[in-house]
Formats: sequence, structure tokens, C-alpha cells
Amino acid sequence: MRRRSPTQESGLARYTLILAALAYVALILLLPLGAVFAEGFRDGAAAFFAAITEQDARSAIELTLLVATISVPLNVVFGIAAAWAITKHEFRGKAFLITLIDLPFSVSPVVSGLIYVLLFGAQGWFGPFLQDRGIEIVFALPGIILATVFVTFPFVARELIPLMASQGKAAEEAALSLGATGWQTFVHVTLPNIRWGLLYGVLLCNARAMGEFGAVSVVSGHIRGETNTMPLHVEVLYNEYNFVAAFAVASLLALLALVTLALKTFLEWRHRDAIAALGH
Amino acid sequence: MSIRIENIAKSFSAFRALGGVTLHIGEGEFVALLGPSGSGKTTLLRIIAGLEFPDDGRIIFSGKDVTDTPAAQRGIGFVFQHYALFGHMNVARNIAFGLDIMKRRERPSKEAIASRVEELLRLVRLKDYGSRYPSQLSGGQRQRVALARALARNPRILLLDEPFGALDAKVRRELRDALRIIHNEVGLTSIFVTHDHEEAFALADRVAILNSGKVEQFAAPTVTIATPKSDFVRSFLE
Repeated sequence: MRRRSPTQESGLARYTLILAALAYVALILLLPLGAVFAEGFRDGAAAFFAAITEQDARSAIELTLLVATISVPLNVVFGIAAAWAITKHEFRGKAFLITLIDLPFSVSPVVSGLIYVLLFGAQGWFGPFLQDRGIEIVFALPGIILATVFVTFPFVARELIPLMASQGKAAEEAALSLGATGWQTFVHVTLPNIRWGLLYGVLLCNARAMGEFGAVSVVSGHIRGETNTMPLHVEVLYNEYNFVAAFAVASLLALLALVTLALKTFLEWRHRDAIAALGH
Repeated sequence: MSIRIENIAKSFSAFRALGGVTLHIGEGEFVALLGPSGSGKTTLLRIIAGLEFPDDGRIIFSGKDVTDTPAAQRGIGFVFQHYALFGHMNVARNIAFGLDIMKRRERPSKEAIASRVEELLRLVRLKDYGSRYPSQLSGGQRQRVALARALARNPRILLLDEPFGALDAKVRRELRDALRIIHNEVGLTSIFVTHDHEEAFALADRVAILNSGKVEQFAAPTVTIATPKSDFVRSFLE
């Protein structure tokens, strides 16, 4: 018989805890996910595919992918720059900058959207100026991208700041003392050291960019086939009592998230030795 | 290369790390900066390296003022307390780093870099370790790699920040002797920081004893032991 280790609980307590944890995971995570897919396929696969290939659904999918393709790279660049400035340099107002980065997390998404309506809407600060020049921001693609960039801004920076802080400056200083330029140091030393954290930040940022509802809902204007992203399209369909189509698009959105997580797990498994060597 | 440190001062917000330090170090000398923590010895070393800029004073290498020259252009080798090896590169690539990143016009050929790496691996007695990764090495081996890496571009000045601080006593002594031999063989001017007075006196030609950002005494070990200049030096020797 296998002896239990001194820090292990007795059999009964152990199984009770494991069961409780599994039940919780099933109830909170698996059941809703399963329900989304079950509802989407309720009228069979043909109805499911009809719902996601229909004209408005396709344009919503395209818009969502376009928004993610633009906003994720922007936040990768600014996230790395912010994390690098905060962890490798000393400057006045650093604590304030860290708080500022968290702002999109603490502000309600509706407010995040309203900010842009207030700034660029027809009655907004810059509205008349932009209108005169025929530039549309709110109720158009630029507004959706701005709102998405705002909401997803913290993901990359938040992922990198603790990682880069724990790594310190020694490796960068070593590269400098060996004659490397700032850019060489960044490419050959900093970037390889943060790549796993960066990957995780990018995936989270992407998942949120595709899934954001509140802020995008405020600036989008809900023009079917034009400014509806996937989450907004799901709401429209649901409000029209078109449940099968709503859940079909919703399950596609959920699938994107699952693929993202699977990709991350796969990459971590493929490169487990390299990750272990970097010590995180 | 000779090193002249002229009246260097440095403060970190309210804390005065160095209050006007002057040291003249001759070509080929092996000097220890000795002092308790907070005495400013590491700050002084980092200022010599160009990893920190002084508030006041000048740093002069063989007559050339390098005070405003960034670390990358000072032509020094620096060995960090916790090695600071690049974890994602193997030992050979770590050592080759300083050569690999040179401008194409100045960079040696691939073969020349490879043979330089071999030569350095032999120098630090890690001949067959080129393809290992830093995480697969012991502390003493990592510090040897860090030393080889710092020497790759043939610096005339070698700066070491508590190079043996994290190692056990036996490895410490081995590395100490190895460092002294390499210093003589390569013809370096070396400065190392330590808080261990035995180490400083055993290894260095001259020892600068620092206290609260000031030099208390800068002399050969025999002189300092025979005629300590202040009560602080006396108490530090006990």
C-alpha cells in the first residue's frame, strides 16, 4: 500500500475536497460552456452552419477579426514599452503610470465607450471638427478599434511588469557592458527573456479584444452587417428570439477562446525545456 | 590601462552614496574596493563601468576622459555578482555574445569567433561545456563562464562586483587563484568589490577601504595592516 506523505490529508477529507473542487469547476466553467454548444447545435449541424455563414454573421466575424488584428499588435508594442520603462528605469510619476495602466480594468466598459462618444461623437468635443472633414470615428470602425484598444490595454503590460521586475536589470547591463546597443540588448536579451509572458499576454489580450461587449456596444451603433462585432451580433440575434443562431455564433466565439488556450498549452508543452531553463 | 578616479560624487535621492572619491590606479594593478554594505563600493565600480553616471567628478582611462562615455563604448569587462548569464543561450553563445553583436565591418569571422570561444573556455577550464546551458551549471562554473564572456572582446580593464560572494569557501579559493593567474596572463588592470577583508588582502596589490562614501585608506595590504590610518580601518581589520 502507498503510504501517504506527512502533509497529506486523510482519505475521506481528500476525496471530499477533490469532489467539491470538481463539482465547482463543472458547475461554473464546464456546464455553461457545454450549454452554449448544445443550444447552438439544437436544430442540427446544418442550422448551426447556416447561422454562422449567413451574410450578417460573416461580416460580424470579419469585423471582429479585423479589430483584433489591429488592436492586439498596438497593445503589444505599447505594453512592452510601458513594462520596459517601468521595470528598467527610474523616473518621476512611475507609481502614477502604473495606476494609469490599470485604469481600463477598473473603469466600467460602458464608461470606456462613452469616453469616445464624448470626444468624437456628433455632440462631442472634436465631433464638429471631424464632421467638417468627413472623418467618422464613432459608430464606425475607428471608434470600435479605439474602444477595444482602451479596454485591452492592460493585458500585455500587466503580464510583463511583474515578470520583468523579477528578472531585474543585470542581464541587460551585462549586454551593455559587452558593447551591445540598446536595440541589440532588447532583441537579443530582453525579448527572449519575456517571450513566454508576452505570449500569454498576447493571447489574453486577443481573447478579450474579440470578446469585448460593453465598450464596443456603446461606440458601434449596432449597424447590422457594418459595425456589429461577434458579441454584438449574438445580442441582436438573441433579442430577436433567434436562439439557435445566437448560440451558434456564441459557440464560435467560445471556440476561438478555447483554441487560444489550446494553442498556449501546446506551445508551453513543445518548449517546456526552454521555459524551465528560463526559470518561470 | 591606468584608471584615474577624480573626486567622484553620487547621490540616490536623499542618500549620498559617494562623497568625493579620488583613486589613482596604475596599469596592470589588481585593486580591491573593500567596505561594509552601503559604503559605496559597488556604486563606485558601476560608475567606472559606465553603468551609473556620477553627479560630479571625472573618470579617466589612460589619459582619456570617459566620464560621459556609455558602458558599451568603454571597452571594459564586467563580472556581475549573480553572473547575469543569458539563460536562453548556451555557454558558447554567451561567451561569443560581445563578438556576435559587433558591427559587420569590425566583427571577426565565424571561425575566428569559434576559436576565440574555445580559447576562452580553455582559459577558464570549461573546455567541454560549450553546448551546456547556464541552468545546467554549478555556481562556480557559471562565474567562470561570466568571466570568459567578459574577456571575449579583449578588454584592458576588468571590473568584478563581489565575484565570489555567492559561492562556497572551496570554490571561492579556486576561483580566486584562477582570477589572479588570468589577470597576470592577460595583462589586465582589474578592480574587484568585496566585503571580505581576507579576500581583499590575499588577492589585491592595493586595497581601497571605503566607509560611507569616502576612502579611508588606499594602500598595499602590508602597509594597511602595519599602519592603519583610522579607527574605522582598525576595526574593519579585526
